[in-house]
Amino acid sequence: MTQAATVETRPARRASRITPVSVFLWALRIAILAIILYGSYLSISSGRLSAAQWRDLFVFGISTGSMYALIALGYTMVYGVLRFINFAHGEVFMVGAMMAFYVANALAVTPLWTSSPAVSLLIVLVAAMFTSTAIAVIIERIAYRPLRGAPRLIPLITSIGASFTIQYLVRGLVGPATKSFPRMEPLRGTFEFGGFVILKTQLVVIVAALVMMGGLYLFVEKTRTGKSMRAVAEDPETAALMGINVDRTIVNVFAIGGAMAGVAGALWGLVFPSINFFSGFLPGIKAFTSAVLGGIGNIVGAMLGGVSLGIFESVGPSLVLAGYEIPAFSQLKDVVAYAALVLVLIFRPTGILGERLAQERT
Amino acid sequence: MTTNGAPPPVLSLKGVNTHYGAAHILKDVDIDIHAGEMVCLLGGNASGKTTTLKTMLGYLRPSSGTVYMDGENVNGWSTAQRVGHGLTMVPENRRLFKRMTVKENLEIGAYLRQSDDLDADYERVFEMFPRVKERLTQKAGTLSGGEQQMVAMGRALMAQPKVLLMDEPSMGLAPVLVAQNFEIIEQINKAGVTVFVVEQNANMALSIADRGYVLQTGKIVLDDTSQALLANPQMRAAYLGDV
Repeated sequence: MTQAATVETRPARRASRITPVSVFLWALRIAILAIILYGSYLSISSGRLSAAQWRDLFVFGISTGSMYALIALGYTMVYGVLRFINFAHGEVFMVGAMMAFYVANALAVTPLWTSSPAVSLLIVLVAAMFTSTAIAVIIERIAYRPLRGAPRLIPLITSIGASFTIQYLVRGLVGPATKSFPRMEPLRGTFEFGGFVILKTQLVVIVAALVMMGGLYLFVEKTRTGKSMRAVAEDPETAALMGINVDRTIVNVFAIGGAMAGVAGALWGLVFPSINFFSGFLPGIKAFTSAVLGGIGNIVGAMLGGVSLGIFESVGPSLVLAGYEIPAFSQLKDVVAYAALVLVLIFRPTGILGERLAQERT
Repeated sequence: MTTNGAPPPVLSLKGVNTHYGAAHILKDVDIDIHAGEMVCLLGGNASGKTTTLKTMLGYLRPSSGTVYMDGENVNGWSTAQRVGHGLTMVPENRRLFKRMTVKENLEIGAYLRQSDDLDADYERVFEMFPRVKERLTQKAGTLSGGEQQMVAMGRALMAQPKVLLMDEPSMGLAPVLVAQNFEIIEQINKAGVTVFVVEQNANMALSIADRGYVLQTGKIVLDDTSQALLANPQMRAAYLGDV
């Protein structure tokens, strides 16, 4: 099909730059933009939501998005070094969230939970981080390393298998019931500074995610291990010839991606306090979308993509869809998220910060 | 390996066969490189030159035969171990990490020397290539071909090589730059680094090398001093452009 399309468009392109396909795509662009703008105009002019409510949606989007961003880092870094999508990464996140639940539950009955919530939260975070790191490294060792020389489609399919394996392993170990995270009293309510009101849980999520992402960025840019990761991502053969142990670098990438997903898992429990063995699927897909949105393979792109996607799906339904009197518009946030993915793939396949990867590695 | 007290070659291949998948690339290759020498390996396209280098570095494993470093069998060593023991390669077409800065490229060259003090090494590179110092914070991909060659050489020198493996240093460079590059290679060799140059440009390589090997479809067909090779009629017809 693609071949036929290229054959048809080539002579036309030689004659002039305007092809039926590009006319169609431009029409689509304009139509989509018109729908978005008109919907936004209708929503805003109807005055259905107050400024404070818009702000709340926005902040909620940022906090959810920063968790997507943390998970997206794992997708994008693994893609960077191995050029395949690790679809089991959502499960790495889920296992971290699950461990966070168990640790939090155990801590909730101790005096520590109320006396020093910050310490408790830190323990939960670290436990989730280590669990997810371990799972990510184990998946790499068992499922991907034996396939190192195989065509890229093979590890991709394997990752889907690994994803199901982990889901049902967790289901078998902890049961299918949805578990609810214990509440953390000091994190109830809102925090206010200079007239700006934000839910405390959201503030914790945003701050923690920012710290992790900042730390990761510095790590990748400044440390020897980080530089070896970038070298392997750019040219694994030359990196190996320079004496970099490529296998070990790949393990590092999985470990760091896992750690970020683990932190996201623990934070997730603060905002959405129910979790089961299937909870990794949707955030995983959203994070993958974020990685593509930001430009797969690009670390800063994954961060931007995650936050953007969080904002789109939080603000989007009320902004665009509500204006058209769609009855259950708030149920359509996933539609907005995936529509964003499709539109990015059509109009800017390289994502926000992406480079043309196909040309970099031949 | 050692006989009558003479030091063993710093690097040698003995009866090496290397396969690339089903393809038999190197066939019973014997190469000896002694300390301080400059040796070249000549051959046309697809004769197995790069495979020879990758086998030396352990990036490819021989299906039979042995790689020795200082007389020690290193078949079981990883590439990193061999690089750590002073075997360093400047790959064909330079292969810099283009999205990384020049400084970072040099750092990757010194990747296995994490505990060493690198200041003197940087100074040595900057002295040899003042341009590299000017471009230090620039992304390597933004440099000209000649500058990239300098960075590639600098990156290799940062590893403090005992044996420098050069894969087609004349590839993709303007003639002026090729001559300049070979001067630098000579200079590095005079400073005590053993050099093994793989080249298609036989005239250029033989003009600076002590000895040469000629590789033809994976077999060493000639092995002599540079003068003898330059005078060899068979050689002149096949590689030196005589008609």
